[in-house]
Formats: sequence, structure tokens, C-alpha cells
Amino acid sequence: MTLPPTDPNSANLSSERPHLHDDTRFAAPKIAIFQYATVILFLFLISGFWRLQVENPDRYKERAEQNRFKSMPILAPRGRILDRDGRVIVDNHASFTLILTRENLKEEHLKPIAEGLDLDLGDLQEIVRRYRTRPKYEFIRLKEEMTPADLAFVDSHRDFFPELEITEAQHRLYPQNGAMAHVLGYTGGISLQELDTPDFAKYKPGDVIGKFGVERQYNDTLMGIDGQRQVEVDSRGQIRAEDKATLKPSVPGKDLQLTIDLDLQMVAELAMDGRNGAVVALDPRTGEVLAMVSRPTFDPNKFAAHISARDLKELNDNPDKPFFNRAIQAAQAPGSTFKPIMALAALQSGTIDENFTVHCPGGANFYGRYYRCHLKTGHGAVALHKGIVQSCDTYFYTIGNKMGIDDIAQYADMVGYGHTTGIDLPHEAQGVVPSPGWAIHTQGRKWYAGETISVSIGQGALTVTPIEMARAVAGIAMGGVWHRPRVGKEQPDNPTEWPLNPQFVKDVVDGMYGVVNEGGTGGRAWLPNIEVCGKTGTAQVASAEYVKAKGGGHELKDNAWFVGFAPRSAPEILVVALFEHGAEGPLAAPIVRDVLTAYFDKKTRIETLRQQAAAVAAGEAAVRTLGLPGPGRSN
Amino acid sequence: MVRHLSARDIDWTLLVIVLLICAVGVLQIYSVTRGSDSHSAWWKQILYVLGGLVLMWLVLPSDYHAMLHHVPLMYLVSIAALLGTYFVGEASFGATRGIPLGFGIHLQVSEFVKLVIILLVARYLTDLRTDELGFWEMLKLAGLVLIPAALVLKQPDLGTALTYIGILAVGVFLAGLHWKYVLVIVAGAALMVPIGLHFLKDYQKARLVSFRDPELDPRGAGYQVIQSQTAIGSGGMFGKGVTKGTQAQLHFLPVPSKDFIFAAFAEEHGFVGVVLMLALYFVMIMRIVQNAQTAPERAGMYICMGVAALLLSHILINVGMVAGLMPVTGIPLPFMSAGGSSIWTSFLALGLVNNVRLRRFVN
Repeated sequence: MTLPPTDPNSANLSSERPHLHDDTRFAAPKIAIFQYATVILFLFLISGFWRLQVENPDRYKERAEQNRFKSMPILAPRGRILDRDGRVIVDNHASFTLILTRENLKEEHLKPIAEGLDLDLGDLQEIVRRYRTRPKYEFIRLKEEMTPADLAFVDSHRDFFPELEITEAQHRLYPQNGAMAHVLGYTGGISLQELDTPDFAKYKPGDVIGKFGVERQYNDTLMGIDGQRQVEVDSRGQIRAEDKATLKPSVPGKDLQLTIDLDLQMVAELAMDGRNGAVVALDPRTGEVLAMVSRPTFDPNKFAAHISARDLKELNDNPDKPFFNRAIQAAQAPGSTFKPIMALAALQSGTIDENFTVHCPGGANFYGRYYRCHLKTGHGAVALHKGIVQSCDTYFYTIGNKMGIDDIAQYADMVGYGHTTGIDLPHEAQGVVPSPGWAIHTQGRKWYAGETISVSIGQGALTVTPIEMARAVAGIAMGGVWHRPRVGKEQPDNPTEWPLNPQFVKDVVDGMYGVVNEGGTGGRAWLPNIEVCGKTGTAQVASAEYVKAKGGGHELKDNAWFVGFAPRSAPEILVVALFEHGAEGPLAAPIVRDVLTAYFDKKTRIETLRQQAAAVAAGEAAVRTLGLPGPGRSN
Repeated sequence: MVRHLSARDIDWTLLVIVLLICAVGVLQIYSVTRGSDSHSAWWKQILYVLGGLVLMWLVLPSDYHAMLHHVPLMYLVSIAALLGTYFVGEASFGATRGIPLGFGIHLQVSEFVKLVIILLVARYLTDLRTDELGFWEMLKLAGLVLIPAALVLKQPDLGTALTYIGILAVGVFLAGLHWKYVLVIVAGAALMVPIGLHFLKDYQKARLVSFRDPELDPRGAGYQVIQSQTAIGSGGMFGKGVTKGTQAQLHFLPVPSKDFIFAAFAEEHGFVGVVLMLALYFVMIMRIVQNAQTAPERAGMYICMGVAALLLSHILINVGMVAGLMPVTGIPLPFMSAGGSSIWTSFLALGLVNNVRLRRFVN
């Protein structure tokens, strides 16, 4: 049918009333244009759908999948830390961690979130800003150890803040009151600075890593591998379903066994209570560290959750430096504890023999200056044994002067002074063994002959750390085998050996025995039935003149040292105690004695138990051979 | 003079097409609201459709000429109602679009005003009885339409205001406008753009920008466009199947039973479904245009073409929006989107078309 007319009736109508201008014929071409326009508009709409559904469906399918599938981390528990007997020192406990996902993050939500969770808005914005360049799927750990109030806040605002998610996490539980804090260290969220260093490149933001102590040293062992699960979520982030097929379970971290003996550790902790300093106990036969204490200490549990900026500042600003592990970082003058090493050096280098005798009137003149002995009245005739037992300064001034600084430095170097021990803990420091070369290289000055005299009694520029001292004296006690001190049970030893004359070693060890048992300076370390050997040390922090000028003061008081080991003939344990500003060497001796007592008490206890068990076993065996019913076993 | 009116004479083809579209709508509403708070929306929608049919029936007996006679009154009532909405209307989704009628039903005045606009344009252009519209006459008509349009825009409801202008544009085009005036209008519109931008709400401006490049602000204004396109695109050629559209089912798609129902449909039924559905809409428009062609005189023709213009602009704005071809303006898709006001207005508009059709042999 042709247009117009489409309707015969309307044609009739128009023919009847042509003058009325009321026919619709005038609009016909325009209606046709409207129809064509409609066709074009519909084709335009269809072209849009063609582009989306036929040309790029895969791109949008992928997007739809990304929308609905989210991968959620399954946090791997960190390995526990055990003592040498397998007792748990550091454990985990479950807690809830709040995660801020960045895929759904809305900037304007930060303020109400910070308010609701009692977080600092400035900090939060800074963290979000710093993450900006990172891929969107990486999330931010917002708050650890969520309180019930936090949980309630997040639950009740789920619809408003889809970016908030809660995951269960394992948290570290450390011994109370900062015990062992320096050995164990603590964990924390990896910082952005750490991520930029090669050591931590393999980690991703949000990972919890060891920051200090063995937590850091053995991070790779302790840290597990986070798993992943794929979940289907709706637009509000609520989980609708879980895809079991793609579940990647987490790999828990491995437990770490230490060489630390928890019993000795706790005794050492108690012995250092209220004092500043350090205690190191090790097995001289292996180098295994049995106890390590540093005081003052800090509470690593505060780091398990998010440590507040105020607490951290307080710890950092403390003049006593609680983070400083004095056992491996405090390099101090060894004082008289250096004398056994001097004696051995003098014998071994052939400078003296054991009969070499010095007369001590209470001091001696060297290079135009009078060097006093600590005993003003003098020790009279002093040979090697008496020299060590009475800690006669005049004797050691004399042999030091005879030996010369080069030989002293060589033997100090031999026992490991001036070097790190290689203990498996981060941030180990080393002491200084001064020598003419050292004076030129580090001080740009020449060596003064008088310095040799000071070094001979462990003063002057000579410094050692407690762990250096423990290793050095242990090596001598073992007759010339220096083991690598270590806290990890499965660490390689790699000992250093030096052929020492056994007779010379015996002379020195006997001298140290005398210190404790023959009315020497270390009488306070005496134990019944145990042959304890030891040496006290009182190390000046500043020269006597300086102390007098300053009018004394606690921080200028002498440091007290004691190094002791037992038993004399076959040493099993060696303990070094540094009692900072403890004034006198003998005051450090009881600390060492307490640890030694604990060690031998425990040994006896175990021995007794073993014997009883053996007796019972023998009895049972006897009963079995006789074919009689076991005594008391019928029930 | 008055011939007997028979229900047999209404446009059954048109009605069947429209009811098919409604049925697809109900199915789609059922699919996307399943298991949600508004899971009863599908049978409410059936009730709305039945109510719409009754309204359509009620429109038939009274001659459209009588309706045209009352246009001035209807127009004034509409303006008053729009102002009333502005003052007493309850805020929903930040916009004051409805007057609460009780029972949780909000009457959207601006929906029904569309019908008044259709009648207004028809009456005005019929009264002129000219084959070429004068400039001042055109301006006067434009002013009459732009007043309610401005009130609706103020609500703010840009999409509905645009449908008013669609009716006006088609009416003026049919009445015959000299090409010189077309140029003047285009130039005037171009001048209006910066002024119009000044009056647009921030979110409307954001939508205009995000329409051009939704990826600029994927979490803000571009979110709806991106999610809608994702829904449509992921449907592919044949769709994911009824109730299987993840974008709609997991609520990534905004208001999937209302403004974005066509995206939900496209996700579950694919390109094939989209083409079939648009074909239904196309035939629907063409049937209405045919009724315009068979109208006994200009008033009826203008009414039918007004309805065609209204429905076409609705389809263009809504479907164009979900596909990212048009800015997000938030208007329903006739006969598909859930909601009483939209359904009732659309059926009333069909009533107008049938009213004209029934009288094509009369006079």
C-alpha cells in the first residue's frame, strides 16, 4: 500500500472537508522522517550492545569475575621458639586483625573509620597515601589485636565501609617483664623502608616479619607462607560462596629450637633484677649459649600489637637504651678480667716463665709515671699464680711492659678480642684492641708507651663485649678451642683452634681457681663441691681525675665484671656478668655464682632422676627374669 | 453522530506487544530481586500492570477532544502539583520526586505530567491550524513546556525533563518549523549549555563527565556506568541465563529492577535477547506511529505522535544510559522497570493512543 492514504476512511474524510486544514496529510512526510529516525536510533542502541556483547565480551566477563571473586589471605602462623629442652618460650595466640582493602577504598571513609576505631587520622591518610603506587589488591593491616568494641564497630558498619575486613591472625606471646627480650626480639609489620632493601625484597607490604633478635635472625625459618582462598562476594564485600578448588592452604612457619636453657635464663634474669648490665652463659665445649640477659629491658609483647607512638618514643628516648643488647653490643673495658689472657700471652710468647717474680710495693714507675696497684700496701713478692689470685696490678704492669703492645695485641686478637664472635643475632658489635697501628689509623696519633701499661690491666682503649669475653675465656678453658657462640640449636660451629701449651693453660686456670677458692677477689663465686674458676674485673669508666672533678655520680662509677667457669678440669659452663656501674668486680661474682648453682643443681637433679629410673628399670628387669608379677603395677 | 465504541477496535497487536514486554519485565524483576528484601517486587509489578490495564480502559470512553478541552485546567493542576511535590514531597535518594499517598506508595507527579504535556502540545498545535509554525508561536509553546520541565529539573530529575522536551521537539517538528528557526534553536541551545551547566547539580555534572570517560572515576560517578557495561558485556551473545547474572545478583549493578533493568536483562539474555527486546520496542513505537497516521485529524495525530515521542525518548535515554551511550539520568524503562507510576503512566499513554484509534472512523 502506498502512502498516503493508508486509510481509505481518512481519504474520504479529507475529500469531504478539504478546506478545514484539519487533515493529517501535511504531517505524513514528517512522520516518515520520524520513522526513519527511530530506525536509526534503534540501530544506534544496538550498535552499543554489539560493541559490548559481541566485540569485547571477554573483557567484560573478566571484569565481572574480578568483581565477584576476591582472594582472601590465609595468614600462616609463625613458628614457635623453644628452649634447648623443647619448652615453649614464644608462642602464638589467635587474635583478630583489621584489614583495609584498597579495591573498595573510599577516601572520605577514612575519617569515620579513624574515629570509630580510635586511630590517628593523619597516620591513616599517610599510610593510604604511601600505598598509592602499589597494586590495588595489596591490603593494609589497619589494627592488630582488635578489641570487642572494634569488632562490634566493624560488624555494625559492614554496609557503610565495605573496605574493612577482619581476619584472624596469630600473635606472638613473649615471656613477661621483658625476660629474654633481647635474644628473642619481636615482630612487626614490614616497613616501606625495609621493603626497599634487598634482604626484604621478597616480602610484600603487610607481611609481619621479625624485627629484632632471633625473630629477625631466623625470620625465614619462623615465617610461614600465607595461603589464599577464593571467595565469591557481593558488592558489599559479603562472602556468598567459597571456591574450594582454588584454596591454597598456608604453610605454617617452622619451630625454632634455641640453645637457651630456660631454667638458667630465668635465674640469670632474676640475678640481674634491678641492675644494668648483661649476663652470658655458654657451654665452653660447644659455644652454645645457655642464657643471655641484657638490662634494662623492654616488653616485646607491646610490639605484638601495634605499639603506640608514645610507648615507642619512651623506649627510644630512655637514656639507659633498653633496646641495646648489652650482651653483644656493649663494648667496655674488661679491667682485670684481661689478666688471665695477659698471663697466658706472657707464658706462651716466652716473655716469662711461671717462676717469674715481681715485687709489688703498691705500685711501680713506668715512663716517668707512677702506676698504682689496687692494694696500696702492696702484694710483696708476686709470681704468676699469686698475680692472678690477688689480681696484682704491679705484676701485670711489669709483664705487659716486658711483652710490649704488639705481643699483647696479637694474643688479644688470638682470643677473639676486637672481632665479632659471629653469634647468630643481629647487630653484634665488636670491642677494640688498641695498638700503635690502631692509634695511627683511627686516632691519627702515635702510641704512648704508658698506654701499654694501662692495657696490661685491661684498661686504656681496650674494650670487649660480654659475648667476646665469654668466647675468649671459654676457648682458654678448653685449652685452645674457640667455638662460635650461638643461640640457634642447629647452627654450624666452625671452631678456631690455636696450639696452646697445656701447662700454660693449667697455670692460668689454676690461678683462676685460686681467685675463687684461695681467698682471691672472687670468693663470692665459691660453691661447695664444685671447682669454680673465675676472674673479677673492675673497669674504670673514666679516669680517676675526671671522676673526682665531676664529683662522682652513678654513671661514672666503675663497671663490675666477673667471668667464671666450672668445673676446673672439664669445664661445662662459663658465665660472664657485666654489672654496669656496679663499682667493684667482686659484686658481679654472685650473679655468676647464681647461674652456676642453677646449672649444677639442675644437673644433679637430672642425674638423680636418671639413676632412679635406671634403678627402677633394673628392678623390673630382675622381676621379669624371676618371672614374678611386677611390684605395685597390678593396678 | 456518536458511533458505538467497541473494545474489539482497540489496538490488540500493540497491547500484545506491550504485555510481552511487561512479562519479560516481571521475569527480570523476579530474577534480580530473588532472595533480597524486595523479593515480592515481581508480583507487585503484576498488580501494577493489571492496574495499568484498568487505567487504560478507563481512559477509553471519554473523547480525547473533551480531554483537550480541559488542557488549561490540567496544566495548572500539574504546575501546582509539581510545586507541591517540591514543598511537601518526601526526599528519597536525595531527590524529591514523589508525594506519599500512604501504603508506602509514592505518586510521582512528574510521570503523570508527561501525559498533560502530550495533550498540551496536541491542543496548542491543533488550535493553531497551521502547516508552518511561526517563531513566536513556537517560543510560546516552548515556554509552556519548559516551565514544568524546569520544575522537574529542579527536583532534580534531568531524565524526565528531557522526555518533556522530546515531546515538545517532535510536536514542533511535525507542526513544521522553518529551517531558519531550527538554526536559531540550535544556536540558542548552544548558548544555554554553559548556563545549564551552572544550574546542574554536582552529581549531574559528574555523570556527564563520567559518561564521556567512566574510567576517570571508577569508584565515584563512573561506577554505575562501568558496572552496567560490565553486566551487559559479560552477558555475551547468549547471556548467562535467568537468575545467573552475577553482576545483578550480587548487587554490583545499581538498582537492577528499576533504572538498570535492561542491563540486568542484557547480562542474563545476551545480545540475542537485547535485539529481540529492542525489536519489540521498535514494533511498539511503529504501531503507535501507525495509529498517528490513521488518526482522523491533527489532534489525534499529535496525541499519538506525542506518545511515540515520549516512549522513544524514554527508551533512548534509558537503554542508551545502561549501554554507556548516554549520561546517567535515572529514568525508568517503560513497561519493564519496576514501579507503579511508570507503569501506570505508560498504560495511560496507551489509553490515549487507543482513545484516538477508537475514534478514527468517527466524525
